[in-house]
Amino acid sequence: MLYREAGDFKTSYEEDSQTFPIAFDRYRYWVVLAFAFLVVPFIINDYWANAIVVPFLIYAIAAIGLNILTGYCGQVSLGTGGFMAVGAYACYKLMTSFPDVSIVIHIILAGGITAAVGAAFGLPSLRIKGFYLAVATLAAQFFLVWLFNKVSWFYNYSASGQINAPERTVFGVPVTGPNTEAWAQYLICLVFVTVCAIVARNLTRGSLGRTWMSIRDMDIAAEIIGVNPLKAKLTAFAVSSFFIGIAGALFFAVYLGAVEVGEAFGIQKSFLVLFMIIIGGLGSIFGSFAGAAFLVVLPVVLKVIGVDLLGWPTDLVAHFQLVIVGALIMFFLIKEPHGLAQLWRLAKEKLRLWPFPY
Amino acid sequence: MKMKQLAAMAVTATLAAGVASAELVIPDLSYRTGPYAAGGTPFSDGYQDYFNMLNARDGGIGGESIRILECETGYNTEKGVECYEATKGEGALIYQPLSTGITYQLIPKATADGIPLHTMGYGRTSAANGEVFNWVFNYPANYWDAASVMVNYLLEENGGDLSDKKIALIYHNSAYGKEPIRTLEELSAMHGFEFTQLAVDHPGQEQKSQWLQIRRERPDYVLMWGWGVMNQVAVQEAANIGFPMENFIGNWWAGAEHDVTPAGAAANGYKSLNMNRIDASLPVFDDIRTLVHDAGNAAGDGSNMGSVLYTRGMYAAMLAAEAIAKAQEIHGVSDVTAAMVRDGMEALEITDARMEELGMARVGPAFSVNCQNHGGSGLGIVQQWDASAGNWVALTDYIAPDMSVIQPLVAEDSAAFAAEAGIEPGCL
Repeated sequence: MLYREAGDFKTSYEEDSQTFPIAFDRYRYWVVLAFAFLVVPFIINDYWANAIVVPFLIYAIAAIGLNILTGYCGQVSLGTGGFMAVGAYACYKLMTSFPDVSIVIHIILAGGITAAVGAAFGLPSLRIKGFYLAVATLAAQFFLVWLFNKVSWFYNYSASGQINAPERTVFGVPVTGPNTEAWAQYLICLVFVTVCAIVARNLTRGSLGRTWMSIRDMDIAAEIIGVNPLKAKLTAFAVSSFFIGIAGALFFAVYLGAVEVGEAFGIQKSFLVLFMIIIGGLGSIFGSFAGAAFLVVLPVVLKVIGVDLLGWPTDLVAHFQLVIVGALIMFFLIKEPHGLAQLWRLAKEKLRLWPFPY
Repeated sequence: MKMKQLAAMAVTATLAAGVASAELVIPDLSYRTGPYAAGGTPFSDGYQDYFNMLNARDGGIGGESIRILECETGYNTEKGVECYEATKGEGALIYQPLSTGITYQLIPKATADGIPLHTMGYGRTSAANGEVFNWVFNYPANYWDAASVMVNYLLEENGGDLSDKKIALIYHNSAYGKEPIRTLEELSAMHGFEFTQLAVDHPGQEQKSQWLQIRRERPDYVLMWGWGVMNQVAVQEAANIGFPMENFIGNWWAGAEHDVTPAGAAANGYKSLNMNRIDASLPVFDDIRTLVHDAGNAAGDGSNMGSVLYTRGMYAAMLAAEAIAKAQEIHGVSDVTAAMVRDGMEALEITDARMEELGMARVGPAFSVNCQNHGGSGLGIVQQWDASAGNWVALTDYIAPDMSVIQPLVAEDSAAFAAEAGIEPGCL
């Protein structure tokens, strides 16, 4: 009834190709943004920020990054953890070398450095595909973690190899370090997520995104119609790594504040982000958010239900958590292989016909 | 801005309502799952059982009952952060983060929130400098003490001369395992022994190449900074290459029963450090058995009583309880806050007489804490595994570390941290 194209007349090409063609979606989008920017900062506390919202936002950026590479360009990558580590260590080196430059610039530069590293590790993708590429990116994962553990220049020669984020401010408000208020931590992540999502959405709708998708769907056909695979694949690796680098920088500087490469950016992180986009939906920006929310929020919800409400022993709940999350992943993959984004798409289709389906 | 203040007030009001009932809240960031669960379970059992015993026997500490908040971290930093944020609002008095990663994570956070951290024999070594790390305590001993105690023990074994010896360090390739390297390098320069390092990546199940190298280079002694499954594998690998077990010394996180039992008789003679004297017949265990286990309140299945890590968990609980009692004495109130507990920790003095009074004679070294020194005395014993009897035998009395080496390192590292974090050193 409310949710349909009928009566919403488009009179220009810009209007015709906008992100949300349905009026209800446009309003909903602005309402969500307004809620996130104008309401949440006033009600968020340390627990919500640190346990749920900030990790969700940061993983959403990483998932968007990986989705560009895997979901849109079809290149499987298991190097996400390693690329996040590049972002984190680049941000750390920049923060400590140039303390007077704004942290926002450092985070963006960290993304740029990760993009360069990602493009370098993307070179093998011109020769190898599928599982073999996954193994090549796996090498990137292990190499990068080893590098940041081995070369003490990256952690400023500290005795333990840990890196710690010093306090940095944006407009005089600390956003990293221990004195950060929950709302500041939340807002800086939200700004980055919003900008990243808008950029990613528009990149994937534009000519660059179309070349990625043509490579994904059939690379030989794409080459025949004039898509340059070198350019398409390397830009996908670069753009994807840029987002992942930003996620890594935020993960270190804003969320954790102290990081040890092997523990924070190990292979399990690569799998976690990969699960996020598989559950959320490959080739969908909304799917990246849905997958990140699913895998960040679900363990916390299960813990709250198990320990705080039912009073079960903590180890039992932790084991149950593994079982339930695993079972849900399998359930989703069988029942909805295209992820949560597909459920959303189907819901929207149904909504269009409601209340008079035919 | 007004809205934010209102919201903050509303939040604090609800939190304050939660803690209004007078009790001492002690979180237990345990890890009973994951690759390190074998070590985390007995520690947590001991930690909780001691507090439960105090509740049952003395009605808590100074008449205030103790409430334990257990939160499972799985030794994972992100879960640790979640646990910290979930429990700190309940009025947590003292944190034992247990994992090195979580410790590094919590040092700035807990400092900002004004809650003391007790990282007993782990964490950031330079936190021993209490003028920089006001809220962090790592008494009774830290990793640099451990490295020095090991070398002092070897010096004694070799008549005070290590100049023609080769010593290898096999370590968990993480912040934890890297801690002793700088100290051992200093000591190697000082005593003239040859020092080699062998890193083992998490979780440490694959150590063939490291032990092949040990077999080739034939070091006289192998020191180990291992944790979790890495210890069991290392002991097995050492047995496989026929390395003499009595020359293989682990630190205090590489010397529990479950580290050596999988290798069976081959592990006989393996040595490790300990900060506690292991004695399952201590009177305090009888109290725990009758008042906690027989009452059905055991934290775990009750099978770990008296083991190395159970004893250490109980010892950690004892130090926390003593610090809280001290805080109650200093401030004259029984319902202490986290800031008062910090004062209690800084004024803590553990004597042999007091430990005997508590039914755990000589379980740890005697030490005292002050503002400059949050690290205690740094003493440790060397114990040896007797595979046929299935227990650890203390070989030495408490050995002192070489403070002339460690103090400058602590000063240097804490000064670097203070400069990086913009801290003005001083007492609170």
